[in-house]
Amino acid sequence: MKSNLTNSNPGKSEKGSARHGFEDAAQDPELEAVLRDFRASVHAWSDATYQSRSETTYRNPSLVHSPAPRRTLWRQSLVWALSLVLTAGIATGGVYEYHQRELARQMAQREAEHQRQLAQQQHAREVDELLAKVDSDVSREVPSAMEPLASLMAEDDTQ
Amino acid sequence: MASAQPIAAQEFSHVVVAHRQQIFRFLLASTRDVDLAETLTQECFLKAHRNWAGFRGESSALTWLMRIAINVQKDHWRNRRLQFWRTTRTNAVDVDEAGEWLPSGESSPEQQLLAREKVAKVWEIVKRLSGRQRMVFLLRYVEEMEIAEIAGATGLSDGTVKAHLSRALGRVRAELGGRA
Repeated sequence: MKSNLTNSNPGKSEKGSARHGFEDAAQDPELEAVLRDFRASVHAWSDATYQSRSETTYRNPSLVHSPAPRRTLWRQSLVWALSLVLTAGIATGGVYEYHQRELARQMAQREAEHQRQLAQQQHAREVDELLAKVDSDVSREVPSAMEPLASLMAEDDTQ
Repeated sequence: MASAQPIAAQEFSHVVVAHRQQIFRFLLASTRDVDLAETLTQECFLKAHRNWAGFRGESSALTWLMRIAINVQKDHWRNRRLQFWRTTRTNAVDVDEAGEWLPSGESSPEQQLLAREKVAKVWEIVKRLSGRQRMVFLLRYVEEMEIAEIAGATGLSDGTVKAHLSRALGRVRAELGGRA
């Protein structure tokens, strides 16, 4: 089972025996030398970095089993905190907005009711005034209509 | 049966010890960022640990790990693209600095200087290659992997790997010009 676990380059034994077309192009010795130097450069840089870091990072193999790098954890925590604040803000804003709208609606309703009552009172007052005016006009007209009779009665008294 | 899990854990420890440095090197060459390469190496082995039970040994452990490393790297760049607050600052080292890492052989100082210049030039060219070309180029000429292994690690066909490699090499040769 998993017999080739640590065989880092199983195909290396074939190297040199099976050349590909593009590798023929790399047969240029100068280009090959540059590529070899490039490889050596990467290896040297990587080895130096790896060795210097291995004192701290790579000494303890259990680090591999750590859930996530500290930087990632810190970022995740920040993202979670921001998300929570944002969600709470949106929810609070929604509730506040609803409350404000409800208050405004109730006030408008009360105002409309008040206006309606005022209008009714005004209308009732106008009707009363009109009736009173008609009554007064009628009462003033009656004596003048009876006045000739009254003068006739006065003449009869003198006779 | 009861000891199957400790055995698997032991096998995984061997894989980590055997391949961690190589995975780190590939990620370092790809990103040119030491901190990022370390982080991605950790992520790679974390994912490998989680999926270790699913590894059936159809390919070599290195090919399997390289595939995970490539995916981890892709995920990282994809996530960076989506970060609207992403930082513009990068820890990537300058190509001249990377080119300085050349072991001093028995050649003369002049030859050393010339070799450093050429290596720095190759770094510059590799930096400008497309993502796939760079990945295939590094796997072939830095990690010395065979075409079939590269195909297994990248999920590309052998022909596609060869095509990318051919183009990458052609570009390196063309840009190095008569100096190579």
